[in-house]
Amino acid sequence: MAEAKAKFGAPAKVPAWVNLGLIPFINLLAAFFISGLVILIIGDNPLKALEVLIYGAFGYPEAIGYTLYYTTNFIFTGLAVAIAFHCGLFNIGAEGQAFISGLGVGLAALYLDFLPFWMVIPIAILAAALFGAIWAYVPGYLQAKRGSHVVITTIMFNFIAFSIMNYTLVEILISKEAGGSPETREFAENTWLALAPDFTGMADSPLNFSFIIALALSVAFYYFVWHTRWGYEIRVVGQNETAAKYAGISPARNIILAMTISGALAGFVAVNELLGVHHKVIMEFTGGFGFVGIAVALMGRNHPVGIFMAALLFGAIYQGGTELAFEMQSINKEMVIVIQGLIILFSGALEHMFRPKIESFFRRAATAKAVEA
Amino acid sequence: MTTANTALELRRVNKWFGPVHANRDISLSVGRGTIHGIIGENGAGKSTLMSIVYGFYQADDGEIFVGGVPCKIDNPQASIAAGIGMVHQHFMLVDTFTVLENVILGVEGGSRLAGGMDQAREELERLEEEYTLDVDVDALVGDLPVGLRQRVEILKALYRGAEILILDEPTGVLTPQEADHLFRILNTLRDQGKTVILITHKLREIMAITDQVSVMRRGEMVAHVATEETNREQLAELMVGRSVLLHVEKEKAEPGDILMEMQGVNYQDSDAVLRLKDINLTLKAGEILGIAGVSGNGQSELLEILGGMIKPSAGSITYKGDELVGSSHYSARGLRKIGLGHVPEDRHKAGLILSFSANENTILGYHDLDMFNKGTTLNRDQMVQTCEDYIEKFDVRPPNPNLKANGFSGGNQQKLVLAREMEQDPDVLLVGQPTRGVDIGAIEFIHKQLIKMRDAGKAILVVSVEIDEVMSLADRIAVMFDGAIVGELDAADATEQKLGLMMAGVTEEAASDAALVQEATN
Repeated sequence: MAEAKAKFGAPAKVPAWVNLGLIPFINLLAAFFISGLVILIIGDNPLKALEVLIYGAFGYPEAIGYTLYYTTNFIFTGLAVAIAFHCGLFNIGAEGQAFISGLGVGLAALYLDFLPFWMVIPIAILAAALFGAIWAYVPGYLQAKRGSHVVITTIMFNFIAFSIMNYTLVEILISKEAGGSPETREFAENTWLALAPDFTGMADSPLNFSFIIALALSVAFYYFVWHTRWGYEIRVVGQNETAAKYAGISPARNIILAMTISGALAGFVAVNELLGVHHKVIMEFTGGFGFVGIAVALMGRNHPVGIFMAALLFGAIYQGGTELAFEMQSINKEMVIVIQGLIILFSGALEHMFRPKIESFFRRAATAKAVEA
Repeated sequence: MTTANTALELRRVNKWFGPVHANRDISLSVGRGTIHGIIGENGAGKSTLMSIVYGFYQADDGEIFVGGVPCKIDNPQASIAAGIGMVHQHFMLVDTFTVLENVILGVEGGSRLAGGMDQAREELERLEEEYTLDVDVDALVGDLPVGLRQRVEILKALYRGAEILILDEPTGVLTPQEADHLFRILNTLRDQGKTVILITHKLREIMAITDQVSVMRRGEMVAHVATEETNREQLAELMVGRSVLLHVEKEKAEPGDILMEMQGVNYQDSDAVLRLKDINLTLKAGEILGIAGVSGNGQSELLEILGGMIKPSAGSITYKGDELVGSSHYSARGLRKIGLGHVPEDRHKAGLILSFSANENTILGYHDLDMFNKGTTLNRDQMVQTCEDYIEKFDVRPPNPNLKANGFSGGNQQKLVLAREMEQDPDVLLVGQPTRGVDIGAIEFIHKQLIKMRDAGKAILVVSVEIDEVMSLADRIAVMFDGAIVGELDAADATEQKLGLMMAGVTEEAASDAALVQEATN
């Protein structure tokens, strides 16, 4: 019986390490290879660039701190995009949901700072999740009940979020001391999140307690999606809406639920950025993390472990790339974006370029072994 | 041996899909001017083989000879150039184009349509006459019944100069009368020297029309025989690899109480089309009610209404005496809770989540039962345990509860769905197309299970497009046409002819008369 299982299970696919390890690695290698060519063309040494990039991301404790700080944002937005994906929805509004969450964080931190830290911080975090959730609920509702496509509505909601934040920061929450720039006053210190402890050597980096929250949410994400009946319902709706209706699972309810959770997860970017780093609400603190979250979710196959790895990769490239632009004259910020783009291209859009060849190679190897045996 | 009289020859053709060896060393020789049947269970590799011949897939290994000449077919154009035409199971026609426009699609002959159109019209009319293929060339394809659309497909192939015509499961969508007409057309084609390859899993068709038959089983050719030297039983045995019962043995039904009843049920879809018209039906304990009809005549809507997926626009439905319409139980989830099982017509679209494992599919629709939950957590051990029980009881292969649903063959997928819906011990079971795309061995098993449930006092509704199946399973048969029940009759009084006529919309009395007349003239 056990043998029969192994026999039936095995030939249906290539080994897991090929699927989850080798193929992403080769895709990454291809992206770096093309990036190297580009660097070569503009007259610099690609190997040196790679060295600077890796050293800049992981070479010393502070660099690691920065890398993990970026990683934190990518985990939040990656998970946000992933939960929507599990329900068959493409939430490209994580950017706007994260941004509007800044308002929630700001209101709590600015007006409730008389409370002790153990009350005001949870309230601010909840406010972030709530504001993000509401911002994603509306597109979710429109998709579920009115059939307005979520891709269209979420991207439009990004613009609305920017306008609202712009208005609130310029007209209402603006601080007199800020000298005219659209930002609030600094939050009271009892609302600040703890930075990395001294012994790690990362205390000078912006890495903060949000990283722990990101890891905890990753575990919660796994449990919710694969080990609760609500996660099950979301996945059923995402895979097959007809089957969901047949099974008595309401697609509308689950679309709204998935979008709401998605928005709440995106909202945690505001926690990391505002409570953890800036300690005030500023414009454009979301810095494109919401959009890169799409690539993170794609590359991470919508699984928390994969999302962590992909987030770490993008975190390293963000941090290493900054270092690269600083160290090497010919490479500027735009060049770093080119490298990021190539990685997204090869691991996302061109994911199936090498796959068939690699799979058939392993299939032949397996057949040959079977023949010898 | 390649001779001038061989239209198509395959030598040791191999095809892999990933690790699946879909075609293994296939050799086949089709004589010119014959009708050659290729029969096999679903998943035996028939369609793959023909897709190779038609250039959709390329063989990994092997040679193809057309008319004795080696031929490299790496795309459909090459195949058309070699004189091969294909009529697909699902028609490849543009509904909003006329027949003429559809036929010249891709062979318009120049950038201006007008000249080509006139030539094409002449040529088409010649073809129609030669092969008695009556179709109005100016009709919109969307307005044509399926039988005629199929003729358009045949015309399309002939217009492109096909000498060899491949038909993939051509009768799946036809009434028996339409199928007979198709067979007459195929005979004409053969008489005019064309070669026809007929792919099917229906023994009746092979016996009725082919000259030669090749049997495929699990990716291999297991036999080539002349049709007149074989019989249904032998072919069935070759297909399955063991002998099978073609008819279900059952005791006479002993109907009990009415468990579910529909009265004057109408259903109007979102486009305001009346899909169900004044349906009256009763489901009784210990009885199987069969619904016969060509697919698309309201059976799907009937099942969805009874299954609680959609609500009727008018009429009443009672369940064990209680009115359902307007009741809180009347939803797919609510009905399952009060003892209704539902095997949907299309297991890929509704019955299974193909990307989920077998054990995750075991709880589809039952995922909020206490037995599958521990507080907020899904009880994964219980899911696997239950799935293993189902697998053992229904002999699902491979016996792996963690394999994804799309890793099972059609028959085994169907068994997974049946097990799920039957093992929760429902009082009423709705079954749509119990054995569509299921191999013969599994058909026998599924039929036995349904009879067993009937004998245990359950009410069963079976909707099937296979007349044979309805006739052998059901105790009572209702025939649907155009959203209405044309008539209801005792299974003992049903004949294939009578049902066939009713399926075309002829009322029961008229059908009885016509059947008698037909018998008399035969």
